[in-house]
Amino acid sequence: MSGAADTDTDTGTVVGLRGVTKEYAGGVTALRGVDLTVREGELLAIVGPSGSGKSTLLHIVGTLDRPTAGTVHIAGHDVAALTDRRLSALRAQHVGFVFQAFHLVPGVSARDNVAEGLLYSGLPRSVRRRKAAEALDRVGLADRLHHKPDQLSGGQKQRVAIARAVVGEPALLLADEPTGALDSASGAAVMELLRDLNREGATIAVITHDTEIAGSLPREVRIRDGEVVADIRNPPVRRPMTTGAEL
Amino acid sequence: MSRSAARSRLKAARLGPRDVLHVGSSGLRSRPMRVVLSALGIAIGIATMIAVVGISASSQAQLLRELDKLGTNLLVASPGDSMFAGEEVHLPEGSVGMVGRIKGVQEVGATADLDATVRRTEKIDEDDTGGIGVKATTAGLLRVLRGEVTRGSWLNAATGRYPSVVLGHVSADRLGITKPGQQVWIGDRYFTVAGILAPLPLAPEIERSALVGWEGAKRLLGFAGHPTSIYERSDDAAVQDVRKVMAATVDPQNPQNVKVTDPSSALRAKAATEGAFSSLLLGLGGIALLVGGVGVANTMIISVLERRYEIGLRRSLGATRGQIRIQFVTESLMLSGLGGLAGVTLGAAATGAYAHTGGLPWVVPLWAVAGGFCATLVIGTVAGLYPAVRASRLSPTLALHAA
Repeated sequence: MSGAADTDTDTGTVVGLRGVTKEYAGGVTALRGVDLTVREGELLAIVGPSGSGKSTLLHIVGTLDRPTAGTVHIAGHDVAALTDRRLSALRAQHVGFVFQAFHLVPGVSARDNVAEGLLYSGLPRSVRRRKAAEALDRVGLADRLHHKPDQLSGGQKQRVAIARAVVGEPALLLADEPTGALDSASGAAVMELLRDLNREGATIAVITHDTEIAGSLPREVRIRDGEVVADIRNPPVRRPMTTGAEL
Repeated sequence: MSRSAARSRLKAARLGPRDVLHVGSSGLRSRPMRVVLSALGIAIGIATMIAVVGISASSQAQLLRELDKLGTNLLVASPGDSMFAGEEVHLPEGSVGMVGRIKGVQEVGATADLDATVRRTEKIDEDDTGGIGVKATTAGLLRVLRGEVTRGSWLNAATGRYPSVVLGHVSADRLGITKPGQQVWIGDRYFTVAGILAPLPLAPEIERSALVGWEGAKRLLGFAGHPTSIYERSDDAAVQDVRKVMAATVDPQNPQNVKVTDPSSALRAKAATEGAFSSLLLGLGGIALLVGGVGVANTMIISVLERRYEIGLRRSLGATRGQIRIQFVTESLMLSGLGGLAGVTLGAAATGAYAHTGGLPWVVPLWAVAGGFCATLVIGTVAGLYPAVRASRLSPTLALHAA
């Protein structure tokens, strides 16, 4: 066990969960002693049916919630030891979120939505805007800088949300059902974008109930009833390259 | 390398003032109608208070301006009460000239009450005086009082010797005299009206008089020559000195019989009461302001409930609890601050409209504007604090639940 704890503070370890248990008031136990290690540069799926505890796992890995028992290390920091301010700084610097419902600010341009991802980073406004433009370029939306969310398709909205999540170059990108609100073509394009970002070095965890998506990723962590039931390394699948043209 | 360097410092970044304004106004920009309605409550309260203070200040400024024009250097000597009951006191005959020789005195005038009455014609009953007194006047009176003749002319050396009369504007009105040349019955003969005076705020008693020349009164109405009121104007700096010696100069033998008064002091007192604004109206404004503050608090609570996802999103982007609190307090401050600005503008405009229609100077005291605006900021902070604390305590996991 001590060896495992050492790896949690390694520079190469992004997520280290040891014996994480989460009980909610009312006696519901969402997680039962989960161990999980994610190393830098990984692309993995956390997959399970609804009620399996994968959302709770996402909250805990994303430092939005704290476990009832067990230790959580994110980017080398022991989450239990951090105050709200430091935990917020950890999220600002090291964790990026992509949500199923996008959560873009309506009436604000794509560029400003992405720049919002750096608002709490302490960077000056001009730098935030420059980096936002670069991030939009990276997700293939260089020509949509000034479009408002209601002028974008669902796939484009999710790309903007991904740009917002990666603009701060986080140690870990958490994508919660990123294709859940998209048609299959847009969903495939979004998954391809995540793969591209992973190839460029980003560590990405995709939380999904879709076993097909999970099967297409290099690593698959299966959750059921609050426990990890399988941790599978999938053979690399060569998928046809999807361009963003149909988005 | 860079990763391990970053690991060592986990420090929440500060939001710059511009960023605070940006996040604080984001909620307002997306709901303009709600902003208008909830700021309106504050605006009405502040506008009421500014208008109440502004209108009284304008009225006061008007009186003070009038006072300034009339001067505060006028003194009046008149017979006081005798030490012995029933004994009638007269001022000595030569006292007008004596007052004129006091150091610092610029102008002197005098009137003397006469027993005669003034009527439109001899057919009107002698007792029906209409409250108009007949006075003898020296030629200098008009200058001392800074009075003006609206129609006709003031008594001169010639008309002052003959049956001519100048009427105060109140007495002219009561007698029904509209232009010079008309005749009125004084004593036992007709007098020709030479002129009608403009209002005299410092000497309302003259407004209600018919003035006959000093010599003419002696010749035609049996006037003995004892003045009843001696008006004098002096250098502003000499007023107190003149006042000290005035009684002794008027009647060196019985200075205690002489009463010296300052007519401008009554006007000053009136100005002071005009300046004291109605506390009832001010209280109403305060209540409106309070209700406005409750409205802002209510809007903020609803805003927090509606924006749970936004709050969760911001928390997931790295906002601290403090930064969420600042965001909502700023929003509340902006909401009430907007109301305050609108209220100050409205109140100043209302004062301006009132002043314009009443011919008053437009005065909105700076302390009222500053005080009113500070009040809105305090209200904004108080109203925003509870919703802001609620917002900061919301669980950041809310953002991850599908909207």
